[in-house]
Amino acid sequence: MLEIKDLHATVEGNEILKGITLSIKPGEVHAIMGPNGAGKSTLSAVLAGRDGYEVTQGTITFDGKDLMEMEVEERAQAGLLMGFQYPVEIPGVKNIYLLKSALNAQRAAHGLDEMPAPEFMKLIKEKIAFMKMDSSFLHRAVNEGFSGGEKKRNEILQMLVLQPKLALLDEIDSGLDIDAMKVVAEGVNSLRDENRAILMVTHYQRLLDHITPDQVHVLIDGRIAKSGDRHLAEELEARGYEWVIEEPAA
Amino acid sequence: MSLPETLVKRLHEAPVGEPEWLAEKRRAGASHLETVGFPTRRDEAWKYTDMSRFSSLEFGQADSAELDQARLDALKLDIDACRLVFVDGLFNAELSDAAASVGVTVTPLSQALTGDQHGLSEQLGQLTGIDFSAFTALNTALTKEGVVVNIGKGQAIETPIYLLFISRNNASPVMSHPRILVHCEAESEATLIEHYVGEQGAANLTNVVTEIQMSPASRLSHYKLQEASQSEYHVASIQVDQRRDTNFTSHNLNLGGAVVRNDIVTDLNDENATVDLLGLFFGQDRQHIDNHTKVNHNAPRTYSNENYKGILDGRARGVFNGRVYIKRDAQQVLGYQSNANLLLSDRAEIDTKPELEIYADDVQCSHGTTTGQLDENAIFALRARGIDEQMARGLLTLAFANEVMQRIRHGALTDRVERAVAGKLPDRFNLESLVEDTSL
Repeated sequence: MLEIKDLHATVEGNEILKGITLSIKPGEVHAIMGPNGAGKSTLSAVLAGRDGYEVTQGTITFDGKDLMEMEVEERAQAGLLMGFQYPVEIPGVKNIYLLKSALNAQRAAHGLDEMPAPEFMKLIKEKIAFMKMDSSFLHRAVNEGFSGGEKKRNEILQMLVLQPKLALLDEIDSGLDIDAMKVVAEGVNSLRDENRAILMVTHYQRLLDHITPDQVHVLIDGRIAKSGDRHLAEELEARGYEWVIEEPAA
Repeated sequence: MSLPETLVKRLHEAPVGEPEWLAEKRRAGASHLETVGFPTRRDEAWKYTDMSRFSSLEFGQADSAELDQARLDALKLDIDACRLVFVDGLFNAELSDAAASVGVTVTPLSQALTGDQHGLSEQLGQLTGIDFSAFTALNTALTKEGVVVNIGKGQAIETPIYLLFISRNNASPVMSHPRILVHCEAESEATLIEHYVGEQGAANLTNVVTEIQMSPASRLSHYKLQEASQSEYHVASIQVDQRRDTNFTSHNLNLGGAVVRNDIVTDLNDENATVDLLGLFFGQDRQHIDNHTKVNHNAPRTYSNENYKGILDGRARGVFNGRVYIKRDAQQVLGYQSNANLLLSDRAEIDTKPELEIYADDVQCSHGTTTGQLDENAIFALRARGIDEQMARGLLTLAFANEVMQRIRHGALTDRVERAVAGKLPDRFNLESLVEDTSL
């Protein structure tokens, strides 16, 4: 589903990603871990299509298509959806409008008509109930005045409505209290199925107690230094990152 | 600038059978107008609004207020209200539903003039005087119709008073000069909606004057929704006299008109008088919308807060001039003002000018204007959900207007304005289907 080959990327002339190769297949859950400054957020930004990141070498293929040739909105419409570490507050734009226009944009991209209003409202009601959110939130502005936990819940709610093929979760656990963490994890786990993939980028192993990955990759200095199963995350938790850095690259 | 001959003639045709006090006011109005003429761009207050073409236009007068129900239904706000309908300035009793709440009287001016006029003779022109502007003088000289509203002492009125002024697409343009006189007696609460709506192609002049007296501890929410056709002239002068502990909230919503000028002046004449001035204007094509506001802090501990937002597309032009005046020794005044504008086209233009005039030393005032672009981070966040860039810009433009729209306390009015704003956004934003029923 997602094939990253020898990806190099620079930010303001500094090379941050120095040759990442990663393959994610449908049904898999991957976690990318690593110390601060390893390039985790740069990788997320490149995948999301943020400005200011230049890919200097390598390829990214999503569902057989060259991701770098796709506009930001085309990536989302094709099913690559990013859950942001710092969701943006958008004063004045109601959540309901964001959800409706995003869903209909995705449907239009697949040649489908707009979802009829009653069906849409039924869907939304179901999802907000699942995320234990109050329906009044739909008429509030996107993330405006939301707590950290509410913002992250909102990111997951958008995922539940838009049903991405590949959900990219950037530090989705940062700043969450225990209860919010559980709700967010339940939301993510409900997305898991054999046709969908999830890529989590995280600093902490704690998230992986709630969402069990199939594969764990350790990103160090712009390269994947080590890959393994979920036990690798436990080892990182126990021993820190230093031992990986000291080992020769895989 | 000299006035058109037909107008001069009309100014001197005294209506038959009117009381002398009114005839006298009319003569004074006519005389003032003849002296000053219509404003030109040499007048500082009209620097950005060119009325030279207007000054030579001929407007007739409507001779009937006929309108069928279907046309009314297409234009009116769907709200439960005490409703008075005027067609080209003339009162239409059949289409009105003037049953007012207990403690309130809402009377067409023409009827009020046939009754006890003791209060009326004082009230008409008391706040605006004769020399407020050439247009108020014109209104005084020629007004035929309007509304007299009295909110009784201590009455808290839930049902809004809804004044609907419909402008028809006539064979030849007409002018009307509605006069609205409002008295909020002590400790009363009410909502007044002035709604101006033009049929497609209507090319009339509406020149309205609203005088509002607020006795101590009264509250008034005033809505002015202006949806004239894009070939109409619309001039409105609103003057408010606020006494102790009063609260006046003005929602000045301007979406229509070819040339629009609003003057809102409020006098905070005693302690703890508070005014909230909210404005939204959206011009497209060659629309010209000019908003002048003036808050006079004539007493200590008076408070004003102003927030105007403008959106301009095409070759539209907007003007915002907000003046805050603080009288000598009017201490502990708070006066905040903000005007933000969004230009959707390279050829749109805004002239914005906040003015502070302060003669006291213990006050807190601020003003700010921005003319801007949309937040690129927010655009990215929307695109990252699959929303294309144009639509993202449309959503954010709607959001820009939302700050003012969300202060509207009547659902039907909010919906109407939101739809109208969405409808005015360029097609490329593709927002029409969005602003539908998304209530749970």
